[in-house]
Amino acid sequence: MGEPIVRYENVHKSFGAVEVLKGINLDLKQAEKVAVIGPSGSGKTTIIRMLMTLEEPTSGEIIVDGKNLWHMEKNGQLVPANEKHLRQVRGDIGMVFQHFNLFPHMTILENCMTAPIHVQKEDKKSAKERSIEMLEKVGLGDKLGNYPSQLSGGQKQRVAMARALVMRPKIMLFDEVTSALDPELVEEVLEVIRDIAHEGRMAMVLVTHEMEFARDIADRVLFLDGGVIAEQGSPEEVFGNSENKRLESFLRRFRR
Amino acid sequence: MNGNWNWDTFFDALPMVLEGIGITIGLTFACYLFALIFGFLWIFLRRIPVKSLNWIITWIMEFIRSTPPLVQLFFIFYAWPMVPVIGMALDPFTSAVLGLGIHFSTYIGEVYRSGIEGVDKGQWEASTALNFSIRQKWTKIILPQAIPPAIPMLGNYLIIMFKEVPLASTIGVVGILHMANSYGAQHWAYLEPLTIVAILFLILSYPSAILINKLEKKMNRRFDKKAIVKNSKGAVM
Repeated sequence: MGEPIVRYENVHKSFGAVEVLKGINLDLKQAEKVAVIGPSGSGKTTIIRMLMTLEEPTSGEIIVDGKNLWHMEKNGQLVPANEKHLRQVRGDIGMVFQHFNLFPHMTILENCMTAPIHVQKEDKKSAKERSIEMLEKVGLGDKLGNYPSQLSGGQKQRVAMARALVMRPKIMLFDEVTSALDPELVEEVLEVIRDIAHEGRMAMVLVTHEMEFARDIADRVLFLDGGVIAEQGSPEEVFGNSENKRLESFLRRFRR
Repeated sequence: MNGNWNWDTFFDALPMVLEGIGITIGLTFACYLFALIFGFLWIFLRRIPVKSLNWIITWIMEFIRSTPPLVQLFFIFYAWPMVPVIGMALDPFTSAVLGLGIHFSTYIGEVYRSGIEGVDKGQWEASTALNFSIRQKWTKIILPQAIPPAIPMLGNYLIIMFKEVPLASTIGVVGILHMANSYGAQHWAYLEPLTIVAILFLILSYPSAILINKLEKKMNRRFDKKAIVKNSKGAVM
């Protein structure tokens, strides 16, 4: 599969005195689907937030498509990245959040169109066409003029996915995207993610508590515990009979 | 002084007092505009991530807010020209715009700040994830959400400023209070002209207060309402 599209090299992250991630090494291949599971507070979300540049690693490097994300070269030396550098490197990355984070002052069509127009300088007409197409794909073609406040949680999350997808990212990050939803709305969101995953072009990292779902779509599952990747492998390996005691007891809670 | 109310005096004073109304209203809007712009300046100065600068700006704002506007007005008009090198004499109107404008800009800045802090941090994160530039984050995402809820408060400050503007008569800005005072001094009759001043303030500020109240109610419903309008259009398409 060639070069990995994302590489974490011994990444550490502390919040104050608390070290949340204690040396993450990880290669994400092109188009690979990775699910990240683990107890809350294990740093799952922090891993993808650092890739989205929402959180800066305390030490270590993250390489995106051959480019160092948090550092840049200046006069032959590695210095902390400035905003311009971050903008160049994170352009290929999209993210969907637990709490949707739709722009409440824009219609859902405007939510999708705004970044292609203003960030990627696409012309208005084609951005609009692609946004409509994408919203139709997630089943919201009849809600184009609505505001986020008029949608259900599941619908909001589908808009958020359409909004990220129109940017044509090479890497998509999903941060517990069903955790804030009512149980009966979870499936409609998972359905959309399944569709995206089956198209297969993008690499995806999913932080999730939906074990069935992770088993379904992931090429690889990471079990994060105590700030390190404690176990990883194919879904069969991880969800099958692992020898890792912590993983066993973690999974047992989902098998009721 | 004649203590009895005299309608002849009232109608005699009215035209003279009214002559000052343009200045009073003009000064109000000039000060307000100044405060609106300067308020933003405080916000951006305070967001510069240099701790010592941050501390200085916060302290200056606190100093301006806890000093009476009248003292600031006197300082700018009488004391400023005596300051070596940077000092200069300013006409009364300009002094009043600077004095009241700067004083109120610190309050307006607070209004902006609470509006900006009221925007969910997820909005910043989503706009980072969509790779907006810092400038675009402010102009397209954050300020359009921060300013509308602040509009009623900003309106309140317009009315409050309007009522503080007569302070400028102390340094010789010829608004309605100044005119009323002159009339009183000339005719030794203060009751009628000053009553006119009070009535004028009531006439101008009370309807504004009602207007702002309405605006506030409208702001609370704004996203839903806009949605209904756009939707009905969408249905026609």
